[in-house]
Amino acid sequence: MAQKVSIRIDGEYVGAKEGQTILEVARKAGKYIPALCYMEGLSAVGACRLCIVEVSGVGRLLPACTTPVQDGMSVTTNSEKLARYRRMVVDFLLSERNHYCAVCVSNGHCELQGLAQKFGITHVHYGYGYPKMPVDLSHERFVLDHNRCILCTRCVRVCAEVEGAHVWDTASRGIRTMLTGELNRPWGAIRSCTGCGKCVQVCPTGAMAEKGWAVEEMTKRSDSISWLATQRGGRE
Amino acid sequence: MNKLRLATVWLDGCSGCHMSLLDIDEALMGVAMKADLVYGPLVDAQEFPKTVDVTLVEGAVSSQEDLEKIQLVRQRTKLLVALGDCAVTSNVPAMRNPVPVKKLLERIYVEGADVHPGVPSNGVPKLLKAAVPLQDVVRVDLHVPGCPPPAGTIAFVVGELLEGRMPELSGKVRFG
Ligand code: SF4
Ligand code: SF4
Ligand code: SF4
Ligand code: FES
Repeated sequence: MAQKVSIRIDGEYVGAKEGQTILEVARKAGKYIPALCYMEGLSAVGACRLCIVEVSGVGRLLPACTTPVQDGMSVTTNSEKLARYRRMVVDFLLSERNHYCAVCVSNGHCELQGLAQKFGITHVHYGYGYPKMPVDLSHERFVLDHNRCILCTRCVRVCAEVEGAHVWDTASRGIRTMLTGELNRPWGAIRSCTGCGKCVQVCPTGAMAEKGWAVEEMTKRSDSISWLATQRGGRE
Repeated sequence: MNKLRLATVWLDGCSGCHMSLLDIDEALMGVAMKADLVYGPLVDAQEFPKTVDVTLVEGAVSSQEDLEKIQLVRQRTKLLVALGDCAVTSNVPAMRNPVPVKKLLERIYVEGADVHPGVPSNGVPKLLKAAVPLQDVVRVDLHVPGCPPPAGTIAFVVGELLEGRMPELSGKVRFG
């Protein structure tokens, strides 16, 4: 049995088990920490840095989704500094590629757009890059629009860890990083894809969508995928 | 009491933000009591007046004409409001940005033309390399995102400005 530990979150004592992450423990205790790349039931990769928290005695900010709890740890989930860095993350995500919410299938249901609103972001602070990004329409039922991809890799992980097909990966590095399927084939030509649609359901933005929906019409069911994943994997 | 001098400007946008402004319905009466609309597509004035208290700007900066206009507007305006996503983020007008202007115009006016193919050059302003948000070329005092911002938001923003307060929009507005 995992060792019981006790930590403090925003001053409150919370019981936890060794091996749990700060984010898991915080969520169970009803504390809100924003997260984009984390999804319950999938492995945590610490890609987006929205879940950063302050830990007493540690000089740098730590991602809550990948940092395991330690007995006696004292965590701060919200501060002026954290809010500033989280806003910065969303700001970067919005300006790096091309987000035209007004004409997006996910308008009104998008996690990135929702966080921007929650954080009170009324405009970006860094210049837009306007990169030329492909849109893959080759699959008969699904669309992948790289303009809206934030490289959270939720699709990569759900496909590999839950569906077992491992269609998606990321290629290149830094600002050139791109989501890529089966050694860079168009989605419609990818033989290992079962067409289950799990990647579409977990994608937090309008990057992956079902065909046939107009602006604002694509709603997703990442909760049911989380449920499925926790049922299968025995993860908590 | 001196009335506030209010102007509206329409750059590269669809006029939806102006429509949303008209949609504030009876609140327009309140605005009319406290402000004079001194310039914009809704009134006759030909030239942007020398001094304006508040200017609401719809649309991205897409052409040489837009650029000159917004610079003049900035010089003559105390408080400049970017109204709507095109003014705030460059939005739909920016969808052309990854394509070079020459290629873009040829695709539309030459390849896409059934009759009289040719890029128009007479009497139309030159397109800038990219359609950009206002903040890229002038100082913006207030950003009001939304496509268009809902009438209620505009009524709130204008109402606060008329009272001499800076509207607190945090959490109340969103892109799209
Ligand atoms: S993915 Fe989200 S943030 Fe991007 S355009 Fe769509 S609604 Fe806006
Ligand atoms: S549809 Fe299913 S199998 Fe195909 S890429 Fe998405 S998650 Fe993988
Ligand atoms: S397609 Fe969606 S789920 Fe996949 S990495 Fe991009 S934003 Fe994340
Ligand atoms: S949720 Fe922790 S880094 Fe993305």
